[in-house]
Amino acid sequence: MTEFFGKRWHDMGGDPAGKISYDQHDFALWEKRVDALMVLASTAGLMNTDSLRRVLEDMGEEAYEAMSYYERWIASVGQNMIEVGAFSTAELARKMAQVKARGSTYGDAT
Amino acid sequence: MPHDHQNDEPLSSSGHPFRADDDTKLSYWQVMEIAVRELLIEKGHISASQVHEQINRMDARSPANGATIVARAWTDPQFKAALLTNAGQTSRDMGFDIGPMQLIVVENTNSVHNVVVCTLCSCYPRNLLGLPPDWYKSRAYRSRTVVEPRKVLSEFGVEIAPDVQVRVHDSTADMRYLVLPAKPAEANGVSETLLANWVTRDSMIGVGLPRAPV
Repeated sequence: MTEFFGKRWHDMGGDPAGKISYDQHDFALWEKRVDALMVLASTAGLMNTDSLRRVLEDMGEEAYEAMSYYERWIASVGQNMIEVGAFSTAELARKMAQVKARGSTYGDAT
Repeated sequence: MPHDHQNDEPLSSSGHPFRADDDTKLSYWQVMEIAVRELLIEKGHISASQVHEQINRMDARSPANGATIVARAWTDPQFKAALLTNAGQTSRDMGFDIGPMQLIVVENTNSVHNVVVCTLCSCYPRNLLGLPPDWYKSRAYRSRTVVEPRKVLSEFGVEIAPDVQVRVHDSTADMRYLVLPAKPAEANGVSETLLANWVTRDSMIGVGLPRAPV
């Protein structure tokens, strides 16, 4: 990927790129929930579109290539919630360990 | 056609292959979604029913909403004038729950073809049309549409005559665009209700054209 002076990686307009892929997937429940969490956290005044994007952009190009759309979104929502003090990093870590211990599939853990 | 699937597997009602059950191994990011959701609920910032309702609200949004607006604009000149002046308010007045979204409608004519992209992220009139297709969020579409729109359109099967100007609209978080496609000549005399069936999602992004319903 060519580096362009004066713009960040996410500012993609005009960058060289290949053919457009028309692969499409139906959104999974967990992805819809991520979308809903972003909307509701914004309505609650805990974040907004700009703060969502600021974290997404700071995650860098590697994250854009390696992670799916809603994986990046939940990473950003989580980071925003920690920054605004909705919960702490330690609380999130503790809760994630509890969730993980519930089972090996999303259906079991949710 | 871009959306044809080459295998013989049955398709879901959305026209895509059935999605695998959610019984794959629990991922790190799925764990985070559950944890964030539960913490926000426990701390009283949101409720479980709000999450459920928000998903229902988003699921109810579809390109059919935009098609209704386009069909009315094709048949009601006063409505069309209002739409081109203030698309957000005109959509709300029609009963669509588009939230605070700022919306601009751009009109295709004999001399201008409009196409919408978001080079910076994935901004899309989601509160009217539902969530954007995956290709809209792809690097290829975001990068190329602003520099070689005719080639991109051609890949979508839309050939724009050399004497027609192509205008590319780069969306932002604060401003979303919807294309008002030109009404096909063959659609003359068709009622407003039936006209909505001619309007495809892609025609409202500008990468497709309206067509007779199949």
